[in-house]
Amino acid sequence: MSDLTEAEVRAEVRQWLAENWDPDMPLVEWRSKLADSGWGMPQWPKEWYGRGLPHALARVVEEEMANVGAVGVARSGVRLLAAATLLEHGSDLQKKKFLRRILTGEDTWCQFFSEPGSGSDLAGATTRAELKGDFWIINGQKVWTTSAHHADYGLLLARTDWDVPKHEGLSYFIIEVKQPGVEVRQLKQMNGYASFNQVFFTDAKVPQENLVGRVGEGWKIALTTLAHERRLADGLQPTPLKRGARVGRIHAEERIETEKANEPYKWYPQRAGRVDLIIERAKETGANKDPYVRQEIAKLMILAKSAEWTARRARAAQQQGRPQGPEGSLGKLAASHVARGCSRVHTLITGTAAMLSGPESPRNGIIAEILLSVPAVSIAGGTDEIQRNIIAERVLGLPKEPRFDTGPFRNVRRN
Amino acid sequence: MNRSDEPGLEPRRRIQFAFTEEQEQFRSTLRRFLTDRSPTTEVRRLMATDQGYDETVWRQLTEELGLPGIHIPEQFGGAGFGMVELCIVTEELGRALLCAPYFSTAVLGANAILNAGTDAQKSALLPKIANGSCLATLAITEPAGDWDPAAVRTIAIADGGGYRLDGTKSFVVDGHIADLLVTAARLPDSVGRQGVALFVVQANSDGVQRRLLQSIDPTRKIARIEFQQAYASLLGNLSDGANAITRTLDQAAIALANEMVGGAQTMLESAVSYAKLRVQFGRPIGSFQAIKHKLADMLLEVELAKSAAYYAAQAAAIDDPEWPALACLAKASASEAYLHAAAECIQIHGGIGFTWDNDTHLWFKRAKSSEVFLGSPNYHRELLMQRWGV
Repeated sequence: MSDLTEAEVRAEVRQWLAENWDPDMPLVEWRSKLADSGWGMPQWPKEWYGRGLPHALARVVEEEMANVGAVGVARSGVRLLAAATLLEHGSDLQKKKFLRRILTGEDTWCQFFSEPGSGSDLAGATTRAELKGDFWIINGQKVWTTSAHHADYGLLLARTDWDVPKHEGLSYFIIEVKQPGVEVRQLKQMNGYASFNQVFFTDAKVPQENLVGRVGEGWKIALTTLAHERRLADGLQPTPLKRGARVGRIHAEERIETEKANEPYKWYPQRAGRVDLIIERAKETGANKDPYVRQEIAKLMILAKSAEWTARRARAAQQQGRPQGPEGSLGKLAASHVARGCSRVHTLITGTAAMLSGPESPRNGIIAEILLSVPAVSIAGGTDEIQRNIIAERVLGLPKEPRFDTGPFRNVRRN
Repeated sequence: MNRSDEPGLEPRRRIQFAFTEEQEQFRSTLRRFLTDRSPTTEVRRLMATDQGYDETVWRQLTEELGLPGIHIPEQFGGAGFGMVELCIVTEELGRALLCAPYFSTAVLGANAILNAGTDAQKSALLPKIANGSCLATLAITEPAGDWDPAAVRTIAIADGGGYRLDGTKSFVVDGHIADLLVTAARLPDSVGRQGVALFVVQANSDGVQRRLLQSIDPTRKIARIEFQQAYASLLGNLSDGANAITRTLDQAAIALANEMVGGAQTMLESAVSYAKLRVQFGRPIGSFQAIKHKLADMLLEVELAKSAAYYAAQAAAIDDPEWPALACLAKASASEAYLHAAAECIQIHGGIGFTWDNDTHLWFKRAKSSEVFLGSPNYHRELLMQRWGV
């Protein structure tokens, strides 16, 4: 299959779309066709809803779909992390049971990794799984779960052995969220939104066949999930419609789905600091005439531009097939600096009005939302401090800190 | 490397975010040369002399590598490369802290002639710069230390076919050894940028008095020059002098930014390797997060400053309309990153870092001096805001 040329792939997908694409078909019905044909995930293996195409040719398929405005498979939330993890580590039974319904959008997934007692130290999870009869019985608490209240299934990291070192005692499960032993509660954040959940497990049940990989392999499998997480962007766009593309009820159905999926991410642009508003705001408030503010704006813009160019350098090195230099590991830390800088300069520009929020606040609350959302950037997805450790150890080759958690997990000090 | 004037070759019109294979090779050749010819023992030997450089090494870097004319078009005796290659050179020189009249001759002198001179003047002056036989520099700044051409007070009075200059220049890089002084002066009764032009003065002329200034960075010498009725010839024309000066200074800011990120990289590497070696409390100090985090932050700052310096060089090379603003951006960024890297390098070395025998202070002094050379970070940030129309 991978011997196909671009022209052959293009012709084949074009013909298939001509025969099958119908914008008035119900969303799930269309996606079922797409999953079964392999055109929805052309880079996946042929035996699992794909066509085994290399990534370059998969892009060709995407282009052809976009040309006719054809809706793609479901991509929202952590469903594709789940799929990637199952493709790599799941049993055939699991792949058969879950992959297709992930692509059609019939099932929604969430991720149960972080716990109140293990944030940066994810492998220190203490949610326990004990095998009783045919079921694993789950007890514990997870937190920072996006969309758990909509989810059908969760990817669960739980401790199955307390007498081995912490990374070796974890196992990886698929848990059904809608069951009596799982209680989902919203977690309200300091900026007023509630984009995440905390989830309590009290004798929740996982059938034995939902163990992914083997007992004790949980950490290794979780790393697969996390590696894919880094590649996913926040938020989704509905299928863009080119002129001449046929529009039908399927697009309306997709738009509702996208809106629901993006709901938790509404404040994310503000979390990043909105550097795009800085100069406009300085001009509209007259703060651009203050020499001190001008200096601070310049410092921030220099930082933001340099961060952008550093990311471009990392991409360019990758495209040339050269080993990525240190610039590749720096993006997250740079983004934190930019966000904090924005918060500071927006305050300078806004002055006393920075005390206001909601519709009273400049730009209908956006400025206040920036000030109250930026603190998340340097924590979510790995704190700045952890990023600095990673950079220092992996990029600069500095020695690791002495550890106190190498023995049996039972004896390790924890929260 | 693409020669910008090679017939039939489209000059690249897009900013490149990676160096080409050829550029990387050129960099490695240069780095090997500098490792060999400019170890810190040599830097220390030369910085203690008034002349400040080694003539044999200057000849070798001209004959073996063609460095002084790297960016000079082939028709004027140079290698015909551009701003990107010039900046690779300054980055490597900054990394090794080579003591040589390169910034003065190639970056300041040659660019001023390229920007202001007539073709006849370029043909007469540039080949000798490219072949290393003529050292040149640019004299703009006066004792007040202002980098704005509008602040020039030195007067040029027409005399026969030429001019007579009266005034005092200061902070002139390698002004004490240069053969050719490209000097900014203004016509009597002119104000602001109007009436400012560039003039060429032979340094050994009557009425030119030069004095080496005592300075904190002995690896880059600066001089004060008094002109009393010194004979000068006009470079180019009288109407466009201030623009040529601004263009030259903007190019120099980009070259300096690249030089500074080279030096900053040395500071980072030195601090990292010391943190791995130095043991206190029974462990290498690099295993303490207080040190790790400092080094991670240094790496981030150095990489951000590199991105700005490289981007500005690329933009200038293709004459992107935004490049003068980017010159300010890159200079401000590199100034902060270099000084911080040098200061942190001393800090991580602890007591030994404050001694004369430890090499860190050589780079620290270059960082401090470069911070204000061609304008402080504050000056460049303000200029950036103006150029962006804020």
